[in-house]
Amino acid sequence: MSKLITDNHFSDADAFYASLTDAHRELTPEDSERLNARLILLLANHIGDKQVLFEALDIAAQLEQ
Amino acid sequence: MQKTYSNPIYPYRKSPDQDAASAVHHPVIIIGAGPCGMAAALDLAKQGQASVILDDNNTVSVGSRAICFSKRTLEIMDRYGCATPMVEKGVTWQKGKVFFKEEQVYEFDLLPESGHKLPAFINLQQYYFEEYMVNLIDKEPLIDLRWKNKLVELDSQGDGNQLKVETEDGVYDLSCDYLLVADGANSKIRSGLGLESKGQVFQDRFLIADVVMKADFPTERWFWFDPEFHRNQSVLLHKQADNVWRIDFQLGWDADPEEEKKEENIRPRIEAMLGKDVEFELEWASVYTFQCRKMDDYIHNRVVFMGDAAHQVSPFGARGANGGVQSVENLAWKLARILKGEASPMLLESYNSERQHGATENILNSTRATDFITPKNDISRVFRDETLRLAKHYPFARSLVNSGRLSMPCDYRNSTLNSIDSGFQGGLEVGFVCQDAPIKIDGRNSWLLEQLGNRFVLLVNPETLADDELTKLAAISDDLEVIDSRTLEDPEGLFAKRYALLGGHAYLVRPDQYIAAKFKQANVSDVSAAMKRALGFNLEKAQ
Ligand SMILES: Cc1cc2nc3c(=O)[nH]c(=O)nc-3n(C[C@H](O)[C@H](O)[C@H](O)COP(=O)(O)OP(=O)(O)OC[C@H]3O[C@@H](n4cnc5c(N)ncnc54)[C@H](O)[C@@H]3O)c2cc1C
Repeated sequence: MSKLITDNHFSDADAFYASLTDAHRELTPEDSERLNARLILLLANHIGDKQVLFEALDIAAQLEQ
Repeated sequence: MQKTYSNPIYPYRKSPDQDAASAVHHPVIIIGAGPCGMAAALDLAKQGQASVILDDNNTVSVGSRAICFSKRTLEIMDRYGCATPMVEKGVTWQKGKVFFKEEQVYEFDLLPESGHKLPAFINLQQYYFEEYMVNLIDKEPLIDLRWKNKLVELDSQGDGNQLKVETEDGVYDLSCDYLLVADGANSKIRSGLGLESKGQVFQDRFLIADVVMKADFPTERWFWFDPEFHRNQSVLLHKQADNVWRIDFQLGWDADPEEEKKEENIRPRIEAMLGKDVEFELEWASVYTFQCRKMDDYIHNRVVFMGDAAHQVSPFGARGANGGVQSVENLAWKLARILKGEASPMLLESYNSERQHGATENILNSTRATDFITPKNDISRVFRDETLRLAKHYPFARSLVNSGRLSMPCDYRNSTLNSIDSGFQGGLEVGFVCQDAPIKIDGRNSWLLEQLGNRFVLLVNPETLADDELTKLAAISDDLEVIDSRTLEDPEGLFAKRYALLGGHAYLVRPDQYIAAKFKQANVSDVSAAMKRALGFNLEKAQ
């Protein structure tokens, strides 16, 4: 049974997307990589649940899809 | 260099076996008097089984090797009778600090759970650990330890082994039913039989230095990631007995081991780290590369591999000797009962399956720590570094920082020796090792683990059982002792809390203190069946 939410769950999808890209706008590729890493670690801990995290990793790793 | 310790020299003594007309036979011969070979002999003696140990050297471990011994290992040593000097000599620390680049990111306090006889772990040089085992072996009539006896030839057959052993008085023959092999990571016996230990070599080198500090230094474990004084590498500092400090410098793959070992090259590294004014003397230094690997099958005919010869790990998380001793205690009670005809010969196979599982878990943990310390590519380094930065302010990230996880005993929850849970809820689970608790017997202070081990124990609360049930249970086998939980006073309530033994409930505890079965309502037929199963008789049917 899948646990990862893949339907819309944002309270404000547009605002999130804009702040994500804004946060990266002025950054070098190296700093962007750092920011992404920090964001993943923070969000992963917030989710916590191993199954949800592994399902997300699994989908993320399917680069050709 | 070494001033705080001088290795004892044990005498070679000629054995009457060397003058015998033909090969003298022994049920069990053990190769190697390292931690694992000696543990095997001590454990077998506890089960009433005599053995001969052959070691090609005449002393204990030389120089800087294992220092961290875990609670489970100490519990095993306590069952043998040599934990007390280890704990007295060893250093217990609780506080640790983690540094990243120029600053401290956090500190921790391990605050061990109370109500256990032995500490969560100790730091003690391997030579002391081994010396205390030798001292005990010297008093044990069931063990014949022969120094300067080198196994040089082995003929292994399905029903036993023929050995040629070299001494200063020449070569002599021996034979045995079972040969237990603990001749170390580069086991010649393993390769001589054409067997392999497979896994991974880490492309990295480590300088391991033991130094004596003149000044007082806190008893804490300090771990640096990428410090200013040693860019792009990691450094570990912690304390051992005799005011000796262990320093591990990661050097990278390109370092030249011979150059790095020289005192003139080590001094500047340590001075950069501790400051120029800290006075110290160098005790010992060596350069290592580390590996994680194991054999696919520890058993070949009647040759059984143990310790580093069977499974080897990198030292992050201190699982080499700790995991090795736990494998040995898994093997000894089984082998002793097979030799006495009380267990199925197939029980031996469960040593392999239970400890393959143990080694896999130890290798997994050591590999994860090694990968955190030495990121394998750029993105892994980004994640590692950001984890460390976040750890300074956000506690969650500290749980990701991995400079070695404390060695914990593995569980055998899927072992074929277990009997299915019978509805007894709570307490400890089948396949797990028993936990200690302070108790009193006849008003005298004691520990629960001191009551368990070396034979099967049925730990039972007979409140709801028929009057004669305890007598009947006790008659199941000479190898089973029934302990009525009501005879154990529980001053802190920890026994009740950890074991949850309500009326009728019982645990069947193996000779290695693992739980083989739980019963909601103990009775003769279920307990006998579970004991048969734990002795491997069901494996015969399965075949
Ligand atoms: C730097 C370092 C740090 C470590 N730190 C830790 C730690 O903190 N905690 C931990 O648990 N582990 C640690 N380890 C691992 C630990 O040292 C080993 O796991 C442990 O010594 C293995 O014990 P053993 O009995 O299997 O083999 P060994 O200790 O290697 O003993 C093998 C013995 O067999 C003898 N022998 C060999 N061939 C023959 C022959 N043909 N005939 C007769 N005798 C023979 C040898 O003389 C030797 O005495 C560390 C290792 C290193 C290198």
